[in-house]
Amino acid sequence: MLKKPLLLEHKLDLSILIVFISIFLLFIIGNPAVFSRFDIYYSFMSTIPFTAILAMSVTLIVVLGMMDLSFPSVLAFASWIFGTVFTVTGSMPLAVISSLAVGTLAGYLNSVLVVRIGVPSLVATIGSMFFWRGAVNVVARGKGISLVAAQDTFLYKLFVGRLGGMIPAQFLWMVAVAVFFWVLLKRHRYGAHLLFVGDNEQSAEMMGINVKKVKTIAFMQLGAFSAFAGILSTLEVTYFWPSQGQAYLMAALAAVFIGGTSVFGGMGTIFGTFMGALIIGSLEAGIISIGLSGFWIQFIYGLIIMASVSVYATLLRKQG
Amino acid sequence: MTDKDKTPKTTTPAAEYDKLLEMRGIYKSFGHVHVLKGIDFHVNKEEIVALVGDNGAGKSTLIKTITGVHKPNKGDIFFKGKKITIHSVSQSRSLGIETVYQERALADQQSMWRNIFAGREITNRFGIIDVKTQRKETERLLRESMGFTSKAITVDSQVVFLSGGEKQGIAIGRALFFNADLIILDEPTMGLSLSETKKVLDFTRKIKEHGKSAIFISHNFYHIYPAADRFVILDRGKIAGNVKKTDISQEELVLKMENLAKTGIFE
Repeated sequence: MLKKPLLLEHKLDLSILIVFISIFLLFIIGNPAVFSRFDIYYSFMSTIPFTAILAMSVTLIVVLGMMDLSFPSVLAFASWIFGTVFTVTGSMPLAVISSLAVGTLAGYLNSVLVVRIGVPSLVATIGSMFFWRGAVNVVARGKGISLVAAQDTFLYKLFVGRLGGMIPAQFLWMVAVAVFFWVLLKRHRYGAHLLFVGDNEQSAEMMGINVKKVKTIAFMQLGAFSAFAGILSTLEVTYFWPSQGQAYLMAALAAVFIGGTSVFGGMGTIFGTFMGALIIGSLEAGIISIGLSGFWIQFIYGLIIMASVSVYATLLRKQG
Repeated sequence: MTDKDKTPKTTTPAAEYDKLLEMRGIYKSFGHVHVLKGIDFHVNKEEIVALVGDNGAGKSTLIKTITGVHKPNKGDIFFKGKKITIHSVSQSRSLGIETVYQERALADQQSMWRNIFAGREITNRFGIIDVKTQRKETERLLRESMGFTSKAITVDSQVVFLSGGEKQGIAIGRALFFNADLIILDEPTMGLSLSETKKVLDFTRKIKEHGKSAIFISHNFYHIYPAADRFVILDRGKIAGNVKKTDISQEELVLKMENLAKTGIFE
């Protein structure tokens, strides 16, 4: 029996896992007092899910060999819709549904620009990034919305409640979303089509795959999950603010590329993105707690991103 | 796409037609440019027809009328004895006509088992792929149908590791697996080395072994000569010659082709 060679994908997943473990070992050694207690992990579980959900959703766009820069702005606009509908109607389900609908619609608008009109995705979403952020500024007039009243609703507990007083619900949502995306990309027909279109669009068309539909769905799901992440983050702090989401743009994209998904399309790893989001999300607290000043944070971000993408590029080159 | 397309059909029952594909009096023009001027062309069962002609002779236009890309202005097309009108590529595929293009056949980074079932995944009703069956069928196709023996090529191999000839083989195997009755090979040996060309010809013979037919398009008939049963020579939109290999030697064919290039007459 021939020894089964380790596939590139598994090599990528293995390397990100090693990076993740090494970083946490470093933290634990650097400050055992903080990293041996539950509090820091509780804090990670409550803050990381927003970035992680966005990062996994945008992974599908990257698998297509495309880019989307507009999702933080879509998140903000959908959050404003969420806050406003809840404030006006007092109905949480209605607020959630309208927010998700608006997010999906914003994603569809991106797909119209990219798929129907033919604007390159990077360019199109620079436009929609400003458009939706601008729309938030116009409608919110720079003001936030307090959502303290939402704390009494069932959906608040479902989305950001604390399971057993310890586990933030959004952490469980993040895990569920991760399982969903893994199955979608690796085991579902849509994921197979996504990979094929990202790999060789002409060939996909020849094989009878509806390329336009595949791309349209990819943008729409990102719109929907942006709204979802917006709802979660708004509820977590029970407050909407107009610059919401801006910090997620680079963090989410960094998570995707640290995770090993190729910018050229045709391959992607949800596991990698998930790990990437955990790394990105824990670095800040980790760096501070091992005693470095806050000035080091971006420097170390950059270091880890450059190192990981170099490892992936090397792996890719060696297999070719 | 209907469910029928996704799962491999069982072998076609003994047919009552004598020509798999028959085209009569096909005309096609684009504006004032008359590309096909009354083409009569047919493919028999279990036959490999070489379609030879210079660039601009009308080879690809003729093929595109078979695959549903172009609609002829005039003329009739019969497939398996029935008169048909082909509106689209997907319709011609569901009839059993499949084209294998060299560069467009496969996606490089995807594994073999994903490539074979691209666009025709075996799924349950929730769209979840039956990976086990797809892998098993891919293994069977590689080893039994196409005769791949190399241990370096597995169901998990990425296509990028294959040679040009092997890629063609996989694409041909895929067409056979989904029971294409007529496989159109568009310049399958272009840019390939001699040994790779030989591989493609071996794969082409497999088509006949499976009881199917093929149209092999090339402007280099040295490449096709060993595998073809019949040569159809296209020249400026008309059929200039139609000879069985049993009736002509390679040398005679070369002489006649040279004559065609000089005088416009194939003899």
